[in-house]
Amino acid sequence: MKIVACIKQVPEISEVMIDPKTHTLKREGVPSIINPFDENAVEEGLRIKEEYSGELIVITMGPSQAEEALKRCLAMGADEAILISDQAFAGSDTLATAYTLSLVIKQLKPDLIICGKQAIDGDTAQVGPELAEQLGIPQITYVRKVEISEDKKNIILHKETDDGYEIIQCRLPVLITVLKILNEPRYPSIRGILAAKKKEIKVVKADDLKAKLSFLGADGSPTQVVNIFTPQPHQKGRLIKLEPKDAAKEIVNFLQREKIF
Amino acid sequence: MAEIIVDKNKCNGCGKCVKLCPFGQITIVDKLARIDLGCTMCGVCQELCPTGAILIKRERLNAEDISNYQGVWVFIEQHQGKVKPVSLELLSKAKELTKKLSQELVAVLVGDEISYLTKDLSLYGVHKIYLIENKNLERYTTDAYAQILVGLISQYRPNILLMGATNTGRDLAPRVAARLRVGLTADCTDLDITKEGYLLQTRPAFGGNIMAQILCKYTRPQMATVRPNVFKKSQFCSNSLSPSPEIIKVEAKLNPLSIRTKILEVVKEVTEVANLEEANIIVSAGRGLGSPDNLYIVQDLARLLGAAVGGSRAIVDAGWLPHHQQVGQSGKTVAPELYIACGISGAIQHLVGMQTSKRIVAINKDLDAPIFKIATLGIVGDLFKVIPLLIEDLKKVKNK
Ligand SMILES: Cc1cc2nc3c(=O)[nH]c(=O)nc-3n(C[C@H](O)[C@H](O)[C@H](O)COP(=O)(O)OP(=O)(O)OC[C@H]3O[C@@H](n4cnc5c(N)ncnc54)[C@H](O)[C@@H]3O)c2cc1C
Ligand SMILES: Nc1ncnc2c1ncn2[C@@H]1O[C@H](COP(=O)(O)O)[C@@H](O)[C@H]1O
Repeated sequence: MKIVACIKQVPEISEVMIDPKTHTLKREGVPSIINPFDENAVEEGLRIKEEYSGELIVITMGPSQAEEALKRCLAMGADEAILISDQAFAGSDTLATAYTLSLVIKQLKPDLIICGKQAIDGDTAQVGPELAEQLGIPQITYVRKVEISEDKKNIILHKETDDGYEIIQCRLPVLITVLKILNEPRYPSIRGILAAKKKEIKVVKADDLKAKLSFLGADGSPTQVVNIFTPQPHQKGRLIKLEPKDAAKEIVNFLQREKIF
Repeated sequence: MAEIIVDKNKCNGCGKCVKLCPFGQITIVDKLARIDLGCTMCGVCQELCPTGAILIKRERLNAEDISNYQGVWVFIEQHQGKVKPVSLELLSKAKELTKKLSQELVAVLVGDEISYLTKDLSLYGVHKIYLIENKNLERYTTDAYAQILVGLISQYRPNILLMGATNTGRDLAPRVAARLRVGLTADCTDLDITKEGYLLQTRPAFGGNIMAQILCKYTRPQMATVRPNVFKKSQFCSNSLSPSPEIIKVEAKLNPLSIRTKILEVVKEVTEVANLEEANIIVSAGRGLGSPDNLYIVQDLARLLGAAVGGSRAIVDAGWLPHHQQVGQSGKTVAPELYIACGISGAIQHLVGMQTSKRIVAINKDLDAPIFKIATLGIVGDLFKVIPLLIEDLKKVKNK
């Protein structure tokens, strides 16, 4: 089994600050982490490779700092890491990102591609399906359990729905996007960290790809962000400390005043 | 935007493409190839047409092309014959947009034996309904639904296409957008029309810490998924005077083999109203409840308010509630009219999933709990004392 996990480096959300003057995101000094859902993607890749034998390749498209994230995946046990990084990719929206990823992944011919449900910076959850489409393979989103058939030709998974889940079977290759409850990502072991140091991270540039230039970066991105602002701060609420009896009355009054009850 | 065009001057009706199409989506009509609804734009016909008559165009549109795309479409999500509330909210909002654009409001209804649903939709001032019924469309699958939508869009060219940001909408929309090579904005919380006539899409990013406004100037349709609960359903009187919509039945040829995923089993885990994203009121429980045996306290309150029950990750991880009831960064993002947080501290990962709720009531015994920073009404107190009294009081009001 050849497995690819797509990961993205994102800012730690609890540290994200808004510049009060410019109303833009302060990225400086904000620590980066692997998108939490993508850690589950890597963990599942490792689990499958250990159980059914195979190899796991981790891929990210991003700035050169994203190497750190890839290193961590190697330390967790991934076999190979690829960093797709070039000025030509700057300004990519989800469609251009997915296109670029698809060019690299096509060359690898994997059986299974695992993405996170969404990246916590953009929260779009679009790259997975847009990647599957451009690879021409089926997708299954919101996956919370994975099994591979004995002949390693099919995958059977649980896909979360609004009121439960569906058990779905699909022939490989397929792309899945995964939820946090799928597994518990492991910590890199000391041995893993040492082994990762020796592994090379492959860097892919735009010239290495047979890309349609008009599909890359800002040019290949149909969506345009025209404005960014901070949402209206929450109106100062009321904080009260009363006897339980009166506290309950306060809530009832509130609900009635707001015509909710 | 990608579109597939048959050059009438070059096509000689030889029919080679009919045999080649892996999806069986080409017919020869009057000695010309006709591309049918389920075309996936795979490109096989373009490559192999002996006269080079078939062309898939994937380019930026110029102003003239853009004016060929008309109408605001809403994908109506139905599940087992019931329309999702978010689809009706979208029709209501889309109606406003069509007025600003002077274009038609169109509903797209896909499923099996669901024509009776057109009645409900006609209340919303819909001009047209595209109705596609097929037994292979009974339950949602990405492959079948994407095929149908791409076909409809290529044929009828909408200006705007909106879907609910539900599990289904967020699975389907990016698949369709990528096939057409058009822009898509996820999870919008506001929509408007700019003075140039573009769809202005507003969406939260970084868990609601910033808002971004997005345009798709050069591709059509302009596609967006929209969060449930952000727009209000229109109210109308039952004898609404809006003229009944034109219902256009579109035949879909669907080869079951083109649906590559097979649903082996459908498992229901919830019986009560538990769909958090659509709930108007959510009562949410945290570790402050102490033990799963105390869950009944929030469940009783929820029942009384007609609310759905949610929870923090702490209690979902502990197995008190199933994962689809978890609110927060690694669970669901919700924005109900009212969110009642009971014994939840308000960690940032929880807040990003619920801070856009319209009203927040928090009950916590710790004055310094971060949840109070965003609460509309914060109650410092013991939930085991406050909530039972609250339930009693609410019952009294109800029985009056
Ligand atoms: C990557 C990552 C993702 C995460 N994703 C999520 C997520 O999606 N959703 C989520 O919720 N969390 C998430 N978390 C976890 C989050 O950081 C918190 O740990 C979690 O939200 C805490 O849950 P809690 O508020 O129920 O528990 P606690 O933090 O333990 O809070 C319990 C609260 O109950 C109060 N209390 C106790 N007894 C009473 C009483 N008798 N009456 C009234 N109040 C009482 C206490 O004062 C306290 O404030 C995530 C964390 C990480 C690192
Ligand atoms: N730049 C990227 N490089 C690699 N994978 C990505 C990138 N952006 C997104 N992904 C993958 O797509 C998933 C969804 O991301 P998003 O659509 O941004 O919410 C992530 O969880 C990753 O698995």
